[in-house]
Amino acid sequence: MARSVLTALFATLLSAAAMAQPSQLNLRKGVTDISAQVYDLHMTIFYICVVIGILVFGAMFFAMIFHRKSRGVKPANFHESVKVEVAWTVVPFLILIGMAIPAASTLIAMEDTSKADVTVLVTGSQWKWHYKYMENEVEYYSVLATQQEQIHNKFSKGENYLLEVDRPLVIPTDKKVRFLVTSDDVIHSWWVPDFAVKKDANPGFINEAWARVNEPGIYRGQCAELCGKDHGFMPVVVIAKTPAEYDAWIAEQEAIQRKAKEEEQKLLAMNMDMTELMDLGSKVYQSTCAACHMPNGEGLPGVFPGLKGSAIATGDVRKHIDVVVNGVSGTAMQAFGKQLSLKELAAVITYERNAWGNNTGETVQAKDVNAVQTGK
Amino acid sequence: MSTAAEHLHHDEHHDHKPSGIKRWLYTTNHKDIGTLYLWFAFIMFLIGGAMAMVIRAELFQPGLQLVDPNFFNQMTTVHGLIMVFGAVMPAFTGLANWMVPLMIGAPDMALPRMNNWSFWILPFAFLILLSSLFLEGGGPNFGWTFYAPLSTTYSNDSTALFVFSVHIMGASSIMGAINVIVTIFNMRAPGMTWMKMPLFVWTWLITAFLLIAVMPVLAGAVTMVLTDKFFGTSFFNAAGGGDPVLFQHIFWFFGHPEVYIMILPAFGIISQIVPTFSRKPLFGYASMVYATASIALLSFIVWAHHMFTTGMPVAAELFFMFATMLISVPTGVKVFNWVATMWRGAISFEIPMLFALAFIVLFTIGGFSGLMLAITPVDFQYHDTYFVVAHFHYVLVTGAVFSIMAAVYYWLPKWCGKMYDLTLAKWHFWCSLISVNVLFFPMHFVGLAGMPRRIPDYSLQFADFNKWVSIGGFAFGLSQLIFLALLIKACRKQGEAATDQVWEGAEGLEWEIPSPAPYHTFETPPVVK
Repeated sequence: MARSVLTALFATLLSAAAMAQPSQLNLRKGVTDISAQVYDLHMTIFYICVVIGILVFGAMFFAMIFHRKSRGVKPANFHESVKVEVAWTVVPFLILIGMAIPAASTLIAMEDTSKADVTVLVTGSQWKWHYKYMENEVEYYSVLATQQEQIHNKFSKGENYLLEVDRPLVIPTDKKVRFLVTSDDVIHSWWVPDFAVKKDANPGFINEAWARVNEPGIYRGQCAELCGKDHGFMPVVVIAKTPAEYDAWIAEQEAIQRKAKEEEQKLLAMNMDMTELMDLGSKVYQSTCAACHMPNGEGLPGVFPGLKGSAIATGDVRKHIDVVVNGVSGTAMQAFGKQLSLKELAAVITYERNAWGNNTGETVQAKDVNAVQTGK
Repeated sequence: MSTAAEHLHHDEHHDHKPSGIKRWLYTTNHKDIGTLYLWFAFIMFLIGGAMAMVIRAELFQPGLQLVDPNFFNQMTTVHGLIMVFGAVMPAFTGLANWMVPLMIGAPDMALPRMNNWSFWILPFAFLILLSSLFLEGGGPNFGWTFYAPLSTTYSNDSTALFVFSVHIMGASSIMGAINVIVTIFNMRAPGMTWMKMPLFVWTWLITAFLLIAVMPVLAGAVTMVLTDKFFGTSFFNAAGGGDPVLFQHIFWFFGHPEVYIMILPAFGIISQIVPTFSRKPLFGYASMVYATASIALLSFIVWAHHMFTTGMPVAAELFFMFATMLISVPTGVKVFNWVATMWRGAISFEIPMLFALAFIVLFTIGGFSGLMLAITPVDFQYHDTYFVVAHFHYVLVTGAVFSIMAAVYYWLPKWCGKMYDLTLAKWHFWCSLISVNVLFFPMHFVGLAGMPRRIPDYSLQFADFNKWVSIGGFAFGLSQLIFLALLIKACRKQGEAATDQVWEGAEGLEWEIPSPAPYHTFETPPVVK
């Protein structure tokens, strides 16, 4: 009761800003049968609460108005009634049973991940998602696409501010898509509100969830478990395509990724010059490394080490490559060997060794990285 | 009982208390220690509130303006820790210190020296916690729930200080709880049988058992975090054979009873205040006691409803859903009983009653959202959104905190002997009531619309509501300065003298002693008929 009154109140307040749309006030129905069931459960329990609220607060306000001392009433002296007390214990219990039955059946359906048509391995890491299609040779990282300038209020904010990524997950409609969810570092939580899917990504364990999407479209969500500094900056974007479009897309991606691997092998014989390496390295650094080591290479003292003048970035090259490629276990330093191409790794390591006055003058080439990666 | 009052007036000559700072450092007097706890809690409430202001200022509009995300995470973490362990829990312990001996006719707490110690270690715990904010890398930034491995492998070195400060807070709580239990078991006045005890005493007794049961579990959890981080153990590290979800099971096995630790004494307070101002005995006294005990027992078998998304077997999810829904039955009984107490009473609306009525309505709204959160399939949508933030602030701010304010307004004339400034009190109530709803109600909407909690920046669709929430937050914060002014005036003993009974409908031993309560009371036990 109080809630609906206040809903109306806030809707009125906000109508001046012409912003009050239903989706800003309530859960969304979503685009799967399950998410629609979840929405119905939400509305059912909400209305049950509203009715109980009206009865309880109604009785309370009636007493506050009519049984007040200033009206000269004499207080009654009753203080127990077994009948009444049993009634208001048993009746709520029965209401709860009525609520528990549909909730249990939806829950059991949600947790049935068997007979999936497509399986995607979703891996969280600070602060990006990685998608790997289990039936196809396709995998990639998906990171926030919103510019830092928008976040720091230098550019005006776009329509999908903080809810846009460079490479969204693509799934087919009308197929049961199973998500295997895990993490490389801390706990994350993969959440797409339109699918009513929210599953924690636990390091070392794999969770399962599924969705059968009814409508093609773009669906946006966010990481839902505090995962460190940039927890607020790791959105989830899923594009649902019709099965035919999806098949075409996945075939195309497979071809592209196969070609990229072949190209990479050719690179081993080539040398890039310093300018080329520094240009690419700067870009890779800003998108991949700057979240922790900061754009100025100084890190966050006490949290993330700086690279400016650091022993690793100015010392032995092979050690430096090893840290970037394999990470440092027991710390937040991830293994970037599988996240970046050989060319990108070579460039970013060169950049770290020559930016911010590190000036070692050394270049690192793809074959140097490959040598460390393959243990030669 | 009039002879007891005369006797007490006579006793005032025997006060041998040191003056100045020594009185407070060395005191073993339950009233002094109660006062210390209450002031400490209020100062912590203001510090924790200031941190909430930082959070709300950053969230006033989209984009990063004032603080960096790492500091934002420190603010959410330390705000939570301070409000739970520094404000709400010490405030209730302070009320227990002041009121339990007066309500059961005991001369003091059973273990006065431990009482002194349990208070005086608290300021050091919070000094350690707050000082960690000024270290390189900052203080704890992993949320007050400190989920591993964010709090272990991925945390900064100040985690050690966090662990030690939580250990000290836990030791303080356990000692406070032991004192309450021993006092209630052994020091009740002749005739004060179990089923005659005021409900505040009953709810605190049950709370104290919960504290003793779960604070060691918290101590275990932080110790495992400490050894995982610094000594190479792998309790929560899958790579070493551990399990990060195990941390959550341990934490919430402490954490869920903990939320009842913060609300059961509130139920007791409301059950004292509503009958007084309805001029009618509490409806269903026995069922109130049984309901409190059932809530306490159920609190041990519902912890995993905080972690439905961690990936549990369906059977476990069903069990924890049903058990959680069950809690609404005894909680409902309490609300129904309060309304039935008011029914056909002769109600008047003094300040404690205003806070108690606000408590009943707003806590019940928090209870409704709690029932919604219990429904596992829907919880997948609500979990870790602002809907949860709205829920627990309704039960903790308009629930626990409002009950503490109600208690202070109810017993302050007894403590100081003077009626407080009623104009300031009314301003405090109405400003708090309006601003707290502007602050927390819109959080339901942004949560349902999909805004995750613990984020320093948000997408544009949430901008309008967040602005309102922040305005409500600043207003609620400022409203507490009215309370501060009122309390300072009251401690300076300004205002009209209060009668011994203070409130027309008040009943119980605490209202039979003089106002202000003498330094020593009930040296000769009263007889309860």
